[in-house]
Parts: sequence; structure tokens; C-alpha cells
Amino acid sequence: MQIEVRNLKKDFGQFAAVQNVSFDIEPGKLIGLLGPSGGGKTTILRMLAGLEKPTSGEILFHGKNVNHLPPQERGIGFVFQNYALFKHMNVFDNIAFGLTVQKKTKREIQERVYEMIELIGLKGLAERYPHQLSGGQRQRVAFARALAPSPELLLLDEPFAAIDAKVRKELRTWLREMISRVGVTSIFVTHDQEEAVEVADEIMIINSGRLEQKGTPWQVYKEPQTPFVASFLGESNILPDTASITGFEAATFRLRDKSRAKTANILIRPESIEVGREHEISNPAAASIGLVKSVQFRGTLWQVEVEVGHHRLLAHRTLEKETLKPGDEVAVLIHSLHLFHEDESLFLENEIKRASSAAI
Amino acid sequence: MIRRVGITITYLVFLVFLIIPLGKVFTSAVSLGTAGFWNALTRPEALHAFLVSAIIVAIVTVLNTLFGVLLALLLVRETAISRRLRHLLNSIVDLPFAVSPIIGGLMILLLLGPHTALGTFFEAQGVKIVFALPGMVLATLFVTFPLMVREVMPVLQEVGTQQEEAAYTLGANGWRTFWRVTWPSIRWGVLYGVVLTIARSIGEFGAVLVVSGNIINKTQTATTLVYQQVENFNYVAANSIALVLAALSIVILLLLEWAKKRKEVF
Repeated sequence: MQIEVRNLKKDFGQFAAVQNVSFDIEPGKLIGLLGPSGGGKTTILRMLAGLEKPTSGEILFHGKNVNHLPPQERGIGFVFQNYALFKHMNVFDNIAFGLTVQKKTKREIQERVYEMIELIGLKGLAERYPHQLSGGQRQRVAFARALAPSPELLLLDEPFAAIDAKVRKELRTWLREMISRVGVTSIFVTHDQEEAVEVADEIMIINSGRLEQKGTPWQVYKEPQTPFVASFLGESNILPDTASITGFEAATFRLRDKSRAKTANILIRPESIEVGREHEISNPAAASIGLVKSVQFRGTLWQVEVEVGHHRLLAHRTLEKETLKPGDEVAVLIHSLHLFHEDESLFLENEIKRASSAAI
Repeated sequence: MIRRVGITITYLVFLVFLIIPLGKVFTSAVSLGTAGFWNALTRPEALHAFLVSAIIVAIVTVLNTLFGVLLALLLVRETAISRRLRHLLNSIVDLPFAVSPIIGGLMILLLLGPHTALGTFFEAQGVKIVFALPGMVLATLFVTFPLMVREVMPVLQEVGTQQEEAAYTLGANGWRTFWRVTWPSIRWGVLYGVVLTIARSIGEFGAVLVVSGNIINKTQTATTLVYQQVENFNYVAANSIALVLAALSIVILLLLEWAKKRKEVF
């Protein structure tokens, strides 16, 4: 389903939960609404579902305004954070609920329900009640229940929040496959950036009721348009200036408004910092000298805290390389950084490194 | 040691204030043999009193269940009414708990009595309210009203709105959602409320006495008959009816326990 949202607003009393949000969604896309808790993501989702009335603004499905339509008439499926399965109905009746409402014949209902049960891999559990299922199984039933009446838009509110970490990863992949197989336009809410990046075709970053950026996960990671997006998606170091960082001494002069460059924000991703002994570094000429402050094991890599001039930076180092110790003097090569000033955002590469590679 | 003394005292209090009087009621009821007991129960005025009690219980239970559940739904689910109105309604629900039943009866008398505007209006339509069954039903409703609302409200709050919202997104209208989704989760709470209402309306005395006038073979209920028989020093008859009422109470008590257990399970 093609969706357009224009200047959507929602106030709860004095509190502005959603402020002037506008976006378009192409049919068949899987969209992740990503942002910190309490940022208005769920409110946007509930307004799309018709469970919440917008204070102002328009929601259009297929180009038609649906603001006045109740949830029953929007052709949507909704998966709730805690699944909200009908606890006094078994799996079969839960999935069949939307179909009985549509006044399908008994045979059609049976066929569709068993097809859904097969699809979610819970064959043989049709007679079970929700309290006899595991969290992951409940999640699947909730998903099947929402999909059974063939909605045009599937909305999922924090679909993985209540599931433990290992099952969550499996379910993510599963959900992605299911949705692409069914081909239904889907929007899910999450506060977990890894989840959003992994599952969504496109993500929308929502913060304090505003849409900060919309794009593919790669675009949003690579070209964040606001400091918030840069700091929320992926890890980052935030610095007040670029003094004593080799290769970026003149970075702030690239901004349009050079006079007030002092108020700029500088963000450096840990993965774009190379840290190591001088002989390990790919381009020692472009590196600064730093002092290792602490080293922390992070499961798949070392996180190294290093002091360069008056800055403290967090950098990543692969596990195969020799382990650094606090107190070691190291070379610190910063490949790139993001510069934000008011509504201007720049992505800059290390100038010395660029010059030397151009010379070759 | 202290605990044992405490337990002993509790048992003694039970014995003195509950078991002994109940035993007295029993021995007095059968003091003229089972024939005397049976006689007291099958006298026309006794049969009529039981019938009146039964009618009141039946009507009150149906009405209270209906309006109690509706008001609970309104107070818990309806978002359109303002917070102040909700607060006001919520306090009014508790009014019968705070007010003595006799005053409740008096209020009905003052509002619908023979010399009031409303009373004469209904009289003109040929409907007698006070000193007749409608007034007694109203009085009992007044007394029992909070029971259902207060029983269903917390259950509704605990169940939450998500299952209902899920039903809406699956296309179900309000009616279907209530019967397929809301009702199954509140039904044991409602049953508990029903049993409480029955218990309270069988035993109601003060409010009914005021509005009924206690007319033999007309507006006399089982409880007001007991009262009258005691006044007339007719202890066998009074205790026989009291014994039946007490037995009913015990049955209801067992039902309550059962309903409570089911409520906790679901």
C-alpha cells in the first residue's frame, strides 16, 4: 500500500508527542521507525492504525485521506508489543478471528488458518492456548493473526522487545523473510539500531516527535544529516574542535559560515579510527600520536580509549592484532569525520591521506 | 505462645458471636419438632415473603449486572468523558457504601413518596412505587449498586485495552469485541459480583423496611417477616425463617469462594 503522511501532529494535553512529521512510503517496503523510547514512534504507528486520532495533519492510503476511518476499515494488521493474543482462545481461534469477522466460510477459514500455521512453523500447536506457548511462538502467532485477513499494511510495535537476545536474532531474520515472501508493506517500531539496520529496507529516525532523517540504513549511517542521527545510529565520538587531529586542522573552514565555526559539532565513528603501532598503520604520515588510556573487550573487537591532544577518542581494533595496553604510545589515524553546523552537514576525509594517495 | 493465645481468642470470638447464636437459631427453630419448623415456613405469609424476596433478588440481580457492567465499562474504557466527570461518577458509585441503608430508603421515600411531585405523577399513571414492589427493588438496587461496579472495574483495568484494540484492527466492531474478547476475561468477575448482589439483596433489611411499609402478604420480605415475628414474640417462626436465610447465606458463601478461585485462575 502506498502511504503518505502530511504534517502529522499529536498532542497529549500540553505534551507534543509528534510534531509535523511528513513522509511517503512506497508499496512493498519494510520500514523501520527508529528512535529513543518516548520519542513518538509508537504514537505515529497508532495514528496510522487509527487507534489514535491525530491532532492535525493528514494520513493518505493510496492517495485517499483515511483520517476519519476507524481501525476496522483501514485494511491494516497490527502486532502489539506484548502480542495481545486473545488469551482465552487457542492458536487456531486467534488466527481465525479476523477471518470470522470477514464472514468467510468455514472451509476458507480452515484453509487460511492452517496455511498461516504452516507458514509460521507451528504445525500441530493449533489447539494450544497462548499461556502454553513460548515468547517466540506467541510472537509468531500474533504475526499470523495480523496477516491472516490479508491486510495491505502491517504495523509492528517493538515486535522483538519482549524476547530474549538469541531468539530475537532468529526471529528478525525470519520476520524479514516472511514479510518479503508475503510482500506486504510493513512498518515496525524499534529502539534498537542494530535491529533496524538489519531488518529494514529504509529507516526513519524519530527523535522528540520529529522525523530526523529517512533513508536506507547505509545512507543514514554514511550521510547522517543531523548530529542526533550520527550519534544514534552507530557509535561516535563527539568533539568540540579538530585541533591536534592530523589531517583535519582546517576542517571547520569548509563550513559555509566560517565565522561561527566554533559552535560546530564534530563526530568521529570508532570504526573510522585506526589505532596501532606506527608500523601497523596504513598511512603513518596522516596519523596523530596518542596515548592508550584503557582497553576493553567488546565481544568481537577491542575498544581502545586513546588520548590525542586534549581529546579522548574511542576506537576499534580487531582481535587478531597484538593487544594494546594502557600507557602504550600509539599512532592514531582518523580516516573521516562528520561535521555539523546548524542545518549543514559535511563528511570529510583525512586531507593528508588523500593528498598522499593522490600523489601516488 | 502469644500466637497461640491469639488463635484461641479468635476461635472463642467466633464461637461466642457466630456459632452459638447460629446454634440457638437452629435449636429454637426445631424446638417444636420438624413439624413446627415446617409449619412456620409453609404459612401463607411466610411463603409470600419468600416469593417477594425472590422476585426482588431476581430483578435486582439482572438490573445491577446490566448497569454495573455498563458503568464499569464507561468509567474504565470511555476516553471521551472528561476526567472531572469520571471522578464524580466514581465517587457517586461508592455513596451507598457510605450511607446507611435506612437513609437510602428514606431518600427514595422523599423522592417518590405519595406526597411528592414524582410520586403523584407515577400514581396518576397507575404505577405505585413506594409501599410496593418497584420501590423495594429501587431500594435494594441502591444498596447493591457498588458491588458489581467495584468488582468489574479492577478486572477491566488489569486486562488492559490491547486485546480489544487488536480485535478492532482485525475488523471487529464494538459489539463483537465485547462479547468475544472483553466478556470472556471479565465473566468470572461479573459472576462474583452477581453472587455478592444476590447475597446482599436477600439480606437487605433497613432500606426495604422503610420503603415497603412491611405489609403482610403484600410487601413483606423474608427479612422483614423475621423482624415482625420477633416483634410478636413468635420466636419459632422467626428462627425457622432465619435458619433458611442463614443456610442460603452459607451456600452463597461457598459459591463466592468458588467464583473467586475461578476469577484468580483467569
